Formats: sequence, structure tokens, C-alpha cells
Amino acid sequence: MTALVRIPTVLRPAMGGDTSVTVEGSTVGEILDHLTAEHPAVKGQLLNSDGTLHRFLNVYVNDDDVRYLGGVDAPVTNGDEITLLPAVAGGTL
Amino acid sequence: MLTLHSVHRDAIVATCIRALPNEGCGLLLGTSDGTVTDVLASPNVADSAKLYEIDSRILLRAHRQSEAEGSSVLGVFHSHTHSQAFPSPTDVAQAPDPSWHYVLVSLRESPSTIRSFLIVDGEITEEEVTS
Repeated sequence: MTALVRIPTVLRPAMGGDTSVTVEGSTVGEILDHLTAEHPAVKGQLLNSDGTLHRFLNVYVNDDDVRYLGGVDAPVTNGDEITLLPAVAGGTL
Repeated sequence: MLTLHSVHRDAIVATCIRALPNEGCGLLLGTSDGTVTDVLASPNVADSAKLYEIDSRILLRAHRQSEAEGSSVLGVFHSHTHSQAFPSPTDVAQAPDPSWHYVLVSLRESPSTIRSFLIVDGEITEEEVTS
């Protein structure tokens, strides 16, 4: 399977500057593994050391947040669009 | 400088008041010169009076809408319910984008105050908010 991965602005400098890249994989986890193998500098921003999704990263397959699709096990089919967006959070604590 | 017309200022404050006792939050769309053209209110998925997190669906919608209309996601607003409108250490640590405008609303006093900040490499710089 091949998916188009859209790279957020804040990660582009560490990933060669591309706005999107084509990556092979049949799950979100495989896609992110391939992406981080190519760009190891961003691995800590995408994945935890146990391979789960980083708490402050939102990953979407087309229009759906993968947290509701099985996380890194979420299936990817040919032509899917994967969007990565850093979570937006904060507070007074 | 952030340009915030009264209709958008009112939408921000209304969102924050509706969220009480929790922090309110949302995203700002606009033009690259810092003029806000739309306010997207978000549920606070942190469901907290001391933390906020933008709903991931609103975040995706903001990016899709900005691409479709040729605008930009300019930044984020959130409220501090009992403290000043100034970024907390949590706000600074979690500020994802050095190009964003971080708008803080304090509901501690009436009328509420709105201030805007740039946060680059952990350094906070206040900017002018004009209407």
C-alpha cells in the first residue's frame, strides 16, 4: 500500500522541507516506521519508545483521527492520505 | 501584530465564557499579515479548569478550511479563568509552532482581557492586538 503523508510545518525542517511524501505501509505504524527510518531526528516527536503514538501528535487517515481506528494498528489502503498535526494544548498548570 | 476585529474578539470571549468553569479554547484563521478572519471554537477535550486541548477534529477542520480558502491557521486562543492573560510554563512547553499567535484571555477581571504572544524557542514576546 502507498499513502500520501502530509507533513506539518513544524516538522518540515527536520524532514527535508517537503510538504508531503509518499510512504509505503499497510498500517499507520508501518507508515510511521518507514518515515522515521528515513528521518530519525523526528522519531521522538511521532512515536513513544514502545512504538505507540506520541501523546501530542494527531494522526489522521483521510478525515479520521486514528485514535478511534486502533492507533498505530489502523489500516491504510492504497491512496489514503495521512495527515500529521501536532496537538494543540496547554493551560495554567 | 495581531488584528482582531470586534466580531472575532466577541466570539473568542463568548467561547471562553461558555466553557466555564473550564478553560475555553479555539483556533484562529486569517491572513499572513496577522489579521484574523475566522474563529473556530473547540471543545476543551482536556475538560479542565487548568488545562486545555483543542479537539483533533477541529484542528483538522481548521487546516482543511485554511487550505480551501487560501488562508492560514494563525494560532490558538485559550482562557485562564483565575489568572492573568500570560502564557504559563505549560503553554510555553507545548507551543508547537513558532509562527503562531498565542492569544490568552483572562476571565479573572471584568471586562475580560485579551493579549497575544509569540513563543519562539521558549521565549515569550507580547505583540500588539489592534482592531
